[in-house]
Amino acid sequence: MKRSGDMKEVGRSLPKIDALGLVRGTPAYTDDLAPREALCVVAVRSPHAHARILSIDAAAALAMPGVLAVFTWRDVPRVAVTRAGQGHPEPSPRDRFILDEYVRHVGDEAAIVAAETEEQAREAARAVRVEYEALPAVLDFETALDNPVVLHPEPEIHENFPIGFEPKRNIASAYGMSVGDVDAVVARSEVVLRRRYFTQAQQHVALEPHCACTWLDVHGRLNVMSSTQTPWHVRRIMARALEREVKEIRVVKPRIGGGFGGKQMLHGELFCALTTLRTGRPAKMVYTRREVFEATNTRHPMRLDVTLGADRDGTLRAIDLEVLSDTGAYGEHALTVFMVAGAKTLPLYNKVEAVRFGGRTVYTNRVPGGAFRGYGAIQGNFALESALDELAGELGLDPIVLREKNMIAEGQTSPIFAIMGEGTEGVEMIVESCKLPECIRRGKELIGWDAKGPRRETAPGVFRGLGMALAMQGSGIPTIDMAAATLKLNDFGSFNLLIGATDLGTGSDTILAQIAAETLGVPTGDIIVYASDTDRTPFDTGAYASSTTYVSGHAVRTAALKMREEILVEGARSLGCEPARATFDGSKVRGPDDAITLRDLSAKLLYSEHQKQLMTTGSHLCEKSPPPYMAAFAEVEVDADTGEVKLVDYVAVVDCGQAINPNLALVQVEGGLAQGIGMALWEEVVYGPQGHLRTRDLMSYKIPGREDIPVIRAELVASHEPSGPFGAKSVGEIGIDTPPAAIANAVAAAVGARVRDLPVTPEKVLKASSPDVR
Amino acid sequence: MNISLELNGRPATWDVEPGEALLDALRRHGVLSVKRGCDTASCGTCTVLLDGAPVPSCAVPAPRADGRAVITVEGLPDEAARLGACLAAEGADQCGFCAPGLVVAVVAMSRELEDPDEAAINHYLAGNLCRCGGYVSQTRAIRRYLQEAR
Repeated sequence: MKRSGDMKEVGRSLPKIDALGLVRGTPAYTDDLAPREALCVVAVRSPHAHARILSIDAAAALAMPGVLAVFTWRDVPRVAVTRAGQGHPEPSPRDRFILDEYVRHVGDEAAIVAAETEEQAREAARAVRVEYEALPAVLDFETALDNPVVLHPEPEIHENFPIGFEPKRNIASAYGMSVGDVDAVVARSEVVLRRRYFTQAQQHVALEPHCACTWLDVHGRLNVMSSTQTPWHVRRIMARALEREVKEIRVVKPRIGGGFGGKQMLHGELFCALTTLRTGRPAKMVYTRREVFEATNTRHPMRLDVTLGADRDGTLRAIDLEVLSDTGAYGEHALTVFMVAGAKTLPLYNKVEAVRFGGRTVYTNRVPGGAFRGYGAIQGNFALESALDELAGELGLDPIVLREKNMIAEGQTSPIFAIMGEGTEGVEMIVESCKLPECIRRGKELIGWDAKGPRRETAPGVFRGLGMALAMQGSGIPTIDMAAATLKLNDFGSFNLLIGATDLGTGSDTILAQIAAETLGVPTGDIIVYASDTDRTPFDTGAYASSTTYVSGHAVRTAALKMREEILVEGARSLGCEPARATFDGSKVRGPDDAITLRDLSAKLLYSEHQKQLMTTGSHLCEKSPPPYMAAFAEVEVDADTGEVKLVDYVAVVDCGQAINPNLALVQVEGGLAQGIGMALWEEVVYGPQGHLRTRDLMSYKIPGREDIPVIRAELVASHEPSGPFGAKSVGEIGIDTPPAAIANAVAAAVGARVRDLPVTPEKVLKASSPDVR
Repeated sequence: MNISLELNGRPATWDVEPGEALLDALRRHGVLSVKRGCDTASCGTCTVLLDGAPVPSCAVPAPRADGRAVITVEGLPDEAARLGACLAAEGADQCGFCAPGLVVAVVAMSRELEDPDEAAINHYLAGNLCRCGGYVSQTRAIRRYLQEAR
């Protein structure tokens, strides 16, 4: 594999290939491209947290102008599905139907209305008379287990393989594992720290609300355009839910206005499809922001109990992490998010004698949990990295020293890699790239760790504090994530790159073009990307689990290596020499005597001489999941009288292997940090006592604005992952993981206030402040 | 009801509903750069210039545009290309959903403020949210654009 110094296209901060088109406002998103004659689909949503639908009277609605159809649970196949866009069979329980007789959270769909215009559809939805029998609701996830109120008594629901699914006990999934005898090692440890932490529900708030449209093409096939991260999973799950064959459905993802995991679930697709299949008309469904809050998904809230056993010298001997996760009304990503809370945190401290992870995911009558950048790792990170800081305090050690003494290093492994996958077993893995020491050294320097000290008073009653956290993530799901890419040589030397990979706005189309260009030796501008179309591009599991660069990138590289070979063979034939005596530098095939340009060769191949289409496909199965790593440092200013926390500096140094496009890698980190800072300080999905959302718009739910984010300083360290394409690992999720812990640790350093439940609000800081500071 | 407006420098006569938002009227008439992000005038993706002033078009009733000039990013191709190039050069552009509204707001700012510093930029553009990029690279790109524009 080439080293970075020789590379022409990889490692360059090329502009995103769709940048100018999007800035100019070119129609590119689902709602821009939906057929203009599409019916508008609107849901009738439950006002109750839990209710049985006794009757639905749609007569008045159907009599209204423009209204074509009203669908209820009686009109849909009784087939249990999950809306989680995951591999087949899904590790999430199949616990819902397109529509059901029961509604399980405020905002759950009770019926679907289709009308000529959105206004007509919304008015008709208001006119549908639904008679509910309100049922008692489970709103506190700590009371869900074995609660007399059972959310899912329906007989058709099931797990696809053992995930600990016990719906009669309100358990969506359960898991446990241990290495060594944790209780015995804890009992022998000189210092034992037991702490309980809570993380909250967070909303993705992709600026483009969820949107889908459907139409029947000239062949009568159902075409779906959706703002989705997983076109193939959407197609497969739609086919099941609608009792259709997969081959009858095509799913296309156009440009998408942010995802962050929030579009790794199905939302409007099923309702549009139902409308199109029943009426023959194109249909579209555009969620309002309120619907995004009430009726999509949130990050799973968790209760995390951490026990650390250590010796006085800072040797960590045992970690025990017990998690209770709230999956809300449906079990989307219930098992896997909860497992990642352990699987992508515990290996950081791989030298312990004993480690245990376990717990459950429970149902409540709240907005379902779902995939969200960080995917459990951010929850686990907050607990583990907070607990380590507390332990450092007990031991009187610098928190960095404690971590350096115990953290994973290159050439090492963790038993957890093999034990815990995502819903299944994992795979053994030796860590081949881990630049945590460099990340820490550089981060300390940038934040001024040694110079500033953990705490100082900058004005009377105002304290600055420093905190830090380490993080790891993964790069794809081993033995599950698979991606493919096809390259087609065009006349006059350009290439079509057809990829199943799903660019959410991250720039993955660009970096995959860079990988193809680097491998072929051609400029990135000669690569024409077409992506994410189940009919016209090869397969890809989708954009999740930090997989695209590492897994799809490999597939692209393989396709390009095969294309190079074919070009050499055809070039040599044209030159009349043996392929072994020919070379290809990206512009010319050279033989011993003469040369032919790719431009001429490609034109000859298609028009005049030994005519044939050169087309190669590469596919790649993720075999291991090398973690990217990060060291992050927060400086906060805390007003001891008000508890107000101001973030003044945030430094993040990341090992993501070789960055294919450094600018695009950095903006992934910066954007992840901003979202993590939001979770640390402001963002929280809040419910009223009856289960109604109090945060259902951007006035009541605070995402960071540009005045809230201090100078974020993100850097990448030099790193090379031998198993990655051109040395790359992932970078999409790692950025979000550290802010909750690093900021909580900084607040604790500043005023002694240890906040163990997110977000870190002024009230909590005041309540937790040590009296001597105030 | 009929309204007459000047859209991106050209006269237009539209039939709009009294309660229709300018955002919806624009999109219904094929002006698709204007995005719906929040419904509460909180996110800035629907920003347009109304008689030169940046407004969230989701909060402006379409009839209020009668007799006035509306400019969207379709009417600012040069500015969009130049700011777009700066955003791309900084790697600041991500999903792009906020970009047209941001261009409109930045153009308004560059006409209103002379040589704004970073705090002034962040304050002026506080209503233009971005969820992908974390703002810092976007701010660098905007400063570069303003420098090049001078």
